[in-house]
Amino acid sequence: MQVTMSVNGAEVSREIEARLLLVHFLRDHLGLTGTHWGCDTSNCGTCVVLVDDEPVKSCTMLAAMAGGHDVRTVEGLEQDGVLDPLQRGFMECHGLQCGFCTPGMLMTTRALLDRNPDPTDHEIREAISGQICRCTGYATIVRSVQWAAAEQAGIRTSLPEQDDSRASSAVGGAS
Amino acid sequence: MQVPAPFEYERATSVDQAIGLLDRLGDTARLVAGGHSLLPMMKLRLANFEYLIDINDLSDVLGYITVEPTQIRIGAMARHRELLESAELGRAFPIFADAEKVIADPVVRNRGTLGGSLCQADPSEDLSAVCTTLNASCVIRGRDGDRVVTMEEFHRGPYETAVGDAEMLTEVRFPLRPNGASAYEKVERRAGDWAVVSSGAAVWLDGDVIADARVGLAAVGPNTAGLPEISAMLTGQRPSEELYEQAGIIAARSCNPVTDMRGSEEYKRHLAKELTRRALRRSVNRINEGS
Ligand SMILES: Cc1cc2nc3c(=O)[nH]c(=O)nc-3n(C[C@H](O)[C@H](O)[C@H](O)COP(=O)(O)OP(=O)(O)OC[C@H]3O[C@@H](n4cnc5c(N)ncnc54)[C@H](O)[C@@H]3O)c2cc1C
Ligand code: FES
Ligand code: FES
Repeated sequence: MQVTMSVNGAEVSREIEARLLLVHFLRDHLGLTGTHWGCDTSNCGTCVVLVDDEPVKSCTMLAAMAGGHDVRTVEGLEQDGVLDPLQRGFMECHGLQCGFCTPGMLMTTRALLDRNPDPTDHEIREAISGQICRCTGYATIVRSVQWAAAEQAGIRTSLPEQDDSRASSAVGGAS
Repeated sequence: MQVPAPFEYERATSVDQAIGLLDRLGDTARLVAGGHSLLPMMKLRLANFEYLIDINDLSDVLGYITVEPTQIRIGAMARHRELLESAELGRAFPIFADAEKVIADPVVRNRGTLGGSLCQADPSEDLSAVCTTLNASCVIRGRDGDRVVTMEEFHRGPYETAVGDAEMLTEVRFPLRPNGASAYEKVERRAGDWAVVSSGAAVWLDGDVIADARVGLAAVGPNTAGLPEISAMLTGQRPSEELYEQAGIIAARSCNPVTDMRGSEEYKRHLAKELTRRALRRSVNRINEGS
């Protein structure tokens, strides 16, 4: 069957088997191997991608089900050569060691910060509770997300110097 | 790599079109909602179907939570997250938020649906216990229209429901009664896991006397079970610790847990008792706090 969807903003269309899982579509058909594939049983969360801005375990969704929807993977976080604040946070605060869980952690926490720009430690832990990290013990992941939240807030509060009207709406939208 | 056996995929464009497809394809076809029970089973080849009919495009028509004066109606495609985040539902039935907070994890909750949960009819499934506790009824649609069944009629055994091959669960209805509250207690081995045992309770007061009370247990028998004996014992009484204790004893005695990797039969009976007691206590406290 033919499936067409948007992946990181670009429309892609491929002939696939209906039983193909989204994770394998992304990795094997599109070559986007940033999305990892781990437990295969909806438990570890390393395969999380955003579908219409919501985190979804891509090992438990058919590629066919994503047809017509917007999929965003870890490759889509970087914009014009600038890393996402979360990617920088994970570097600054050692949010990864082996990096296996990282793509899923980044996508879930990207969705978290989009909904809740100033999460508590508890809210971060809750958001990633469907994801397993065997290396970090989670403390540095939580710290990395806090770093990114502060960084984003910093970007917003530094805006007034450039453009007052834009800054006030950006801050309003974030609260 | 776990891959389902080959099948054909179709998207439902309306409830009636989906039922028409089911009618034509018979038991070789299955609906897929959130897919978070069906796809893992198909990946393990515990379930094999020739056709999957994707009903996610019906989220707009079947994803509602509608509060009416005497009932709340919830569409089969309402997702776990929507049930957790609905303030209106939380006010009327705090048991929903209690349960949803401990069903799977937030990412799974973005996909899993009320309808899929009930139709999966897993003995450990939490929302079935919630629906049983709240005396919900299920609207099943077929070619000849709707029929409405109680939760007792809906569940026929483990993984078996009253929904026929050419039928679909479209809505679950929850009667609203004044001066009541509810609660859910679950023990799990780790965050996001299925229940070792869970217990739901709902209590309605008339003055300081219990007008009605219901308890529903999960993971202690072939289906989530309501416990009419507890309802009969509590009705007409004043809430008290002794009463919750007696209700717990009935719960422990009436359930049918089996020893498995989640715990021994004895431990599960202990949990049935303790969790029933806590759920009743919390329900009554919530009524008193609200008034
Ligand atoms: C890692 C993990 C942990 C979980 N933990 C828990 C937990 O702690 N507690 C818990 O209760 N659940 C848990 N679940 C199950 C989860 O809640 C599922 O989402 C739910 O059981 C099924 O919902 P679904 O929409 O995904 O159904 P699907 O998988 O799409 O469907 C399940 C079955 O229902 C049928 N069906 C679906 N919708 C309809 C309909 N409208 N009419 C007729 N038939 C229909 C399908 O044909 C299929 O047979 C967990 C799941 C996972 C993956
Ligand atoms: S590979 Fe999808 S949750 Fe582990
Ligand atoms: S960094 Fe190794 S699993 Fe998380």
